[in-house]
Amino acid sequence: MSASKRATEDEVVAELESGMTIGIGGWGSRRKPMSIVRAIARSDLTDLTIASYGGPDVGLLCAAGKVRRVHFSFVSLDSIPLEPHFRSARESGTVDVTEYDEGMFSLSLQAAAWRVPFLPTRAGLGSDLFRTHPGLRTVRSPYDDGEELVAAPALELDAAIVHLNRGDERGNAQYLGIDPYFDDLFLGAARRRFVSVERIIATEGLLDEGPVQTLRVHRYLTDGIVEAPHGAHFTSCAPDYERDESFQAEYAGSAKSPEAWDAFRTKYVDLPSHADYLAQVGIQ
Amino acid sequence: MSEVTRAEVCVVACAEAFRGDGEIVANPIGLLPMLGGQVARASFEPDLVLKDDEALLVANQLRVGVADAPKVVEGWIPYRTMLEVAWSGRRHVMMGATQIDRYGNQNIAAIGPLGAPKVQLLGFRGAPGNTINHATSYFVGNHSPRVFVERVDVATGIGYDRAAQLGDAGRFHRIPRVVSNLGVFDFETPEHTMRLQTLHPGVTVDDVVTATGFELAVPDDVGETRLPSDEELRLIRDVLDPEARRDREVEA
Repeated sequence: MSASKRATEDEVVAELESGMTIGIGGWGSRRKPMSIVRAIARSDLTDLTIASYGGPDVGLLCAAGKVRRVHFSFVSLDSIPLEPHFRSARESGTVDVTEYDEGMFSLSLQAAAWRVPFLPTRAGLGSDLFRTHPGLRTVRSPYDDGEELVAAPALELDAAIVHLNRGDERGNAQYLGIDPYFDDLFLGAARRRFVSVERIIATEGLLDEGPVQTLRVHRYLTDGIVEAPHGAHFTSCAPDYERDESFQAEYAGSAKSPEAWDAFRTKYVDLPSHADYLAQVGIQ
Repeated sequence: MSEVTRAEVCVVACAEAFRGDGEIVANPIGLLPMLGGQVARASFEPDLVLKDDEALLVANQLRVGVADAPKVVEGWIPYRTMLEVAWSGRRHVMMGATQIDRYGNQNIAAIGPLGAPKVQLLGFRGAPGNTINHATSYFVGNHSPRVFVERVDVATGIGYDRAAQLGDAGRFHRIPRVVSNLGVFDFETPEHTMRLQTLHPGVTVDDVVTATGFELAVPDDVGETRLPSDEELRLIRDVLDPEARRDREVEA
């Protein structure tokens, strides 16, 4: 058996550097690696570029002053359509963006994962993506049709962090919910790859709760694995738990004023560990 | 049956957007469009493929907006599969719009100057890919000059003018219909500009023109949006939305 890849949130953060481009898995307010996101928020990292199907991961890091640029096609809390911290960061001009179509974003990750410079798509033709995504180019088909298509540029990540339901200490991981989202693509597009899971179990137990198709993240795609029960809280991590809507409302309320954010940050972010967070939230 | 509400008229107007679509994925977004998709399949478009609000294709009449509603699952459509469906063209989406203009350009990204938004909205979401690949209709529950604007601040979903500039590359672009709380609209004019198709009962041409921030094409003989049939009303009221959430979306 090769060496364990077990790590803590703080050990993952120690592998990151200011100025990095970091991809975050999940979708909206679903299956976000929030225990690692909070560890980044309380670290001394700065000037990060975040790539995400965005939810509170993006908002919380913007509020904590960690973000220089966001690559995104949406940032939403799902049940609260607009992410309030991202919104204030944008409206006060403190965070730059590179915008994508949802499908184009996945192609940019896929291109990086496949080590090709771009992938062609119709998505984006004629739209204002060409005004908000400077440097976006089209490419002409070399075949007889000669069609012009958008060249979705490879989005290479310095690091990726994702959260799944189960994993083993060698770095295999399993989703048990309804949607794999794009977690394996984020990992494939990144140089340093970190996954947190609800529970680390023996490799022999990986098929106990789901069929082999749920083993979406393979160990050649991971450099470190963190055991973080309720690690996606307050986002959903079905079937282990649904979104904590009342906590999400409290989080959203913390965007109302700098004082409200300071209070939220002191109470829930600036804590020594994920275990302290769970105690503070009242999760056993 | 009690009097038909404006929301119920809107549901059936949304349903009619999918008439003739056949066996494709209808992906209505938002409560009234989702009710519309269900009504379309139950009434006149039986082969439509519909999903729940996560990743399941559901074959039965689905109570809308209720997490534990009984589901007959006929397929699995996680987000990445839905993207592939969009690229294949076998899909008709009905989206919302914070702004929409006379050519059907849609904005859900931001209000204000590019790069310095006064109001940051969702982002482009899937609008560029949807509008270039397959039929895209819109539902707007608050028809006003702030929504129906002369020019959108950001074109997320492309309209007929932008699609025309693309020539052959825009060949899959189509906006079958726009439904608002006041009426139904299409783009059946020589320049593909927005045209008033029908008025919801109780709404006048003046109401619509006043609430529209651009010059709308208004034919001489504008008809009335059709009312739900008794069977459609029963379906909406007893099966799909017994808590009448629909009436909170637009004024009764």
